Amino acid sequence: MITDFTPWQSLGGGALIGLAAVLLMALHGRILGATGILGGVLRFADMDDWRLKAALLVGMAMGPLVLVALTGQTPAVEIPISTLAIVLGGVVVGLGVSYGGGCTSGHGVCGNARFSRRSMVATVTFMATAFATVYLTRHVMGV
Amino acid sequence: MKLISALLIGMIFGTGIALSGMMNPAKVLNFFDLAQIGAGTWDPSLAFVMGGALAVTIPGYWLVFRLAAPLQAPRFQLPDTKVIDRRLILGSATFGIGWGIAGFCPGGALPALGTGEPEAFLFVAALIGGLLLARALQARGLRSNTAI
Repeated sequence: MITDFTPWQSLGGGALIGLAAVLLMALHGRILGATGILGGVLRFADMDDWRLKAALLVGMAMGPLVLVALTGQTPAVEIPISTLAIVLGGVVVGLGVSYGGGCTSGHGVCGNARFSRRSMVATVTFMATAFATVYLTRHVMGV
Repeated sequence: MKLISALLIGMIFGTGIALSGMMNPAKVLNFFDLAQIGAGTWDPSLAFVMGGALAVTIPGYWLVFRLAAPLQAPRFQLPDTKVIDRRLILGSATFGIGWGIAGFCPGGALPALGTGEPEAFLFVAALIGGLLLARALQARGLRSNTAI
């Protein structure tokens, strides 16, 4: 499945992701990490924390609707892989981000932006294994 | 007020993810498929997402950290651990494998829920399963460590 190169949308989308990260730090003093937000919604110890993360999560899910309202453009979600791969990938991502302490947003954007060495190591590692995995699945296993 | 600002920040993030292409597994997997460079079909867009995000966050954080405290909270809550250990590296390596299998990362999948695509719900359900499994394993590990 071929996808178009979209430098301007991707750059603009990236800038909005960065703006959200900066605002969350400026207002709430928190790292904007999707792993931490989802993990926080699954933890019911501190209800102030739960409400904050639930509000972030609901806002995130409204993103595609905001994009449609502003631009009339529905974001594409195209799945070139099997349902089994989606489920397997989800479980593996859940295990990995738990042990690794973050994902693309927490380590890749926020951690790297404050020059955390842990986040730099995490980012290089998960990018490398993602490249290697796609090489293996597409060009060795032929999935 | 705190919850309203959190909702709006979530919306900005989700809109950015939707615009950037990060919620589209086909696009993410084409970025990771370097063998397509030769064929001329490689999609380098995701490098622009990371570039755009860091171009705002690096100077933005620099400004924010000049504040004595955040505007709606008593203090900044930053991870204080500095250790680079096996856990960080193996966990991140595992995350990359899953990302390469499914084409969704958590920040791409959560906003994708708003499109109503069933695969996004399936991925998030499996992601929650993985998070809870890790939590159960870590709780057991903690107990066996303290027993020693």
